[in-house]
Amino acid sequence: MRGGLSKTFAVLGAAGLLAVSACGNSDDGGGSGDTATKDVTVFTWWADGGEKAGLDGLVSVFKTDCKDYNFVNSAVAGGAGANAKQVLANDLQAGKPPSTFQAHAGAELKDYINAGQVDDVSGLYKDFGLDKAFPQNLIDQLTVDGKIYSIPANVHRANVVWTNPDVLKKASIDATKAPATVDAWIADLTKLKNAGVKAPLAVSKGFAQEMLVEAVLLGELGTDTFNGLWDGKTDWAGANVTAALNKYKTLLSFTNVDRESIDWSDALGYVNKGQAGYTLMGDWVAAQQLADKVPDSKYTYWPSPGSAGTFQFLADSFTLPTNGQNPEGTKCWLKTVGSAEGQKAFNTKKGSIPARSDANAADYPKYQQTAMADWKKDKIAGSCAHGSACSAGQNNDILSALSQFSGAQDVAKLQTAFGTAMKTS
Amino acid sequence: MYGRIRTWGPGALVLLPTVLLLGYFVYGLIAWSFNTSLTDRHTARKGPADYVGFENYANLFGEERFLNSLKNLGVLTVAFIVGTLIFGLLWALLLEKGVPGESIFRSVFLFPMAVSMIASGVVWSWLLNPSQGDDARGLNRLFSILHLNFLENPWWTAGSRWTTMASIALPAVWQLSGYIMALFLAGFRGIPGELREAARVDGASEFKLYRHVLFPQLSPIALSALIILGHMSLKLFDLIYAITGPNQFRTEVPAVYMWNTLLRSDQAKAAAIAIVLLAVVAVLVIPYVAYTVRQEAEE
Repeated sequence: MRGGLSKTFAVLGAAGLLAVSACGNSDDGGGSGDTATKDVTVFTWWADGGEKAGLDGLVSVFKTDCKDYNFVNSAVAGGAGANAKQVLANDLQAGKPPSTFQAHAGAELKDYINAGQVDDVSGLYKDFGLDKAFPQNLIDQLTVDGKIYSIPANVHRANVVWTNPDVLKKASIDATKAPATVDAWIADLTKLKNAGVKAPLAVSKGFAQEMLVEAVLLGELGTDTFNGLWDGKTDWAGANVTAALNKYKTLLSFTNVDRESIDWSDALGYVNKGQAGYTLMGDWVAAQQLADKVPDSKYTYWPSPGSAGTFQFLADSFTLPTNGQNPEGTKCWLKTVGSAEGQKAFNTKKGSIPARSDANAADYPKYQQTAMADWKKDKIAGSCAHGSACSAGQNNDILSALSQFSGAQDVAKLQTAFGTAMKTS
Repeated sequence: MYGRIRTWGPGALVLLPTVLLLGYFVYGLIAWSFNTSLTDRHTARKGPADYVGFENYANLFGEERFLNSLKNLGVLTVAFIVGTLIFGLLWALLLEKGVPGESIFRSVFLFPMAVSMIASGVVWSWLLNPSQGDDARGLNRLFSILHLNFLENPWWTAGSRWTTMASIALPAVWQLSGYIMALFLAGFRGIPGELREAARVDGASEFKLYRHVLFPQLSPIALSALIILGHMSLKLFDLIYAITGPNQFRTEVPAVYMWNTLLRSDQAKAAAIAIVLLAVVAVLVIPYVAYTVRQEAEE
């Protein structure tokens, strides 16, 4: 018996050592470009699927436009950068930044800005003509204290509801028409529930709930008041916010009980399988539906109720780290990222739309074409769940408050938590 | 003089690397963390930070989220220790009575311990799916197939702190019960056969034999088990992270909260949480170490 036990311990111990040494290795991922200054180390979490294909497209453009430099891939796998952000934090802390790293455009960069880890790139916007190519209201959203710290490669839309027309038919609801308000949506959800659909609105954990509450706030408060929530111009304690949060509470009563334990793709699966009628999720769903070969006739989509004419955006962008390796090469990479050709090569593969307003819609699949048309004419709103409207720390506090709300629905407490979270940095 | 060095010199030389490494990587870094926890280093920005005394600690203990995580930890630890001891002792008793194929059962019960908590956590996150009735999945589905529908429950996603944290403790109990079984089994095997025989000759019933002869001999093992389980539970991170993800208020414990805090670069607060956690573990471990040292000295 003893021998068996100590062997088990030995194996466990060896596994532990391996894990430790693996962590040690990842530190080298940063930038050891002292000798090879031609290298441009690009840090992303695009390691597979459409994201990897998009990155490859970007790299092929980089290779023609920036012949003097070598692209070095420093991708760390893991959904939404969960692992990558840890590795990046280590590298930045150790003073070994990559040549450039991926980050959500907007307020999420605040943490890096406050820590003095990224440089102002507004000069590059003028040099590359990006101040003309990107819509002005996007530039307004990206500007922090008069400076811009990253160049967006793409744009996704967050406020989209995806439906299953076959399910909606059960309650004679027209799936092609968006309910005009959140109240009208709640009325439709009630009809569906009465028609025997137990959980007509599919929701998943974490950021999906945050997106839903943001969509309700956006629909109820209107674009300007909603944007004011994140930049301090709108009071979180207001009665209009209370009313909207109460509607969010009502919406939750129409959702699946396992919402805390599933991912957004599972929630989408509930809709596709006919267990649910609606799910609210960003427009990466379109790429997922294409990949899963769900025919166009089997789903419809519209802007979340009350938010038609507003494009709630999130964007992946690249930065210029302070004291990074090879800043000239990095600038060439950033030029590629912002260029019409680079954005086309990236977005046609990743399933997002270009941030530039001069792209040719005919190059893109069906959903993206409508999104591009909206991007040109709609008002723009930020998203806290995806980093364009608040910092990582604020987002962290809000996610915690929402998970608490999911279990015990106390609107007053949630409202206070939102206000407190936005007062921190 | 030379003779004296010959006595303690080689020993000291062998110990030196360990002392240096432990001194730097454990105690040195604990001191570093404690130092950080007294500053206002709330971003990743480098350069000097100001000392703010125990302000970070005061803030922590005035914060609902941290107090919630401490309460969760307390409940988790009780549920985990009680569950593991019950199952470990039960299995040890069953095997101790002698079953055919004992070594197979021993391995079967012990194997879960070899699975990494992050891997078992992923699987348990599927097993603990809260859907019930027709949509039931995971364990709830198993219950409904077995017509034990009354056992279906929402696991950690609803209900009181006790049911929530007991659901989280369940996978940990599954993983560690085999280890406790092995400890107790070794304890049973270490008791000389003469003692049992003597008790039986004196006419003790089987129950009395266990109650008055065997169990008292196991108390040092039970104490070790308690300490090992206790400090494992206090440091539990990976299992909770894998089952419920980050930022889950219902199941957050200080270790997960510390990770979250560090991810947002609030180094001072994260260090303060780490030091509180260390203090909680120390409360459990130091008396035990003192006790064993005294015991050994007496022997």
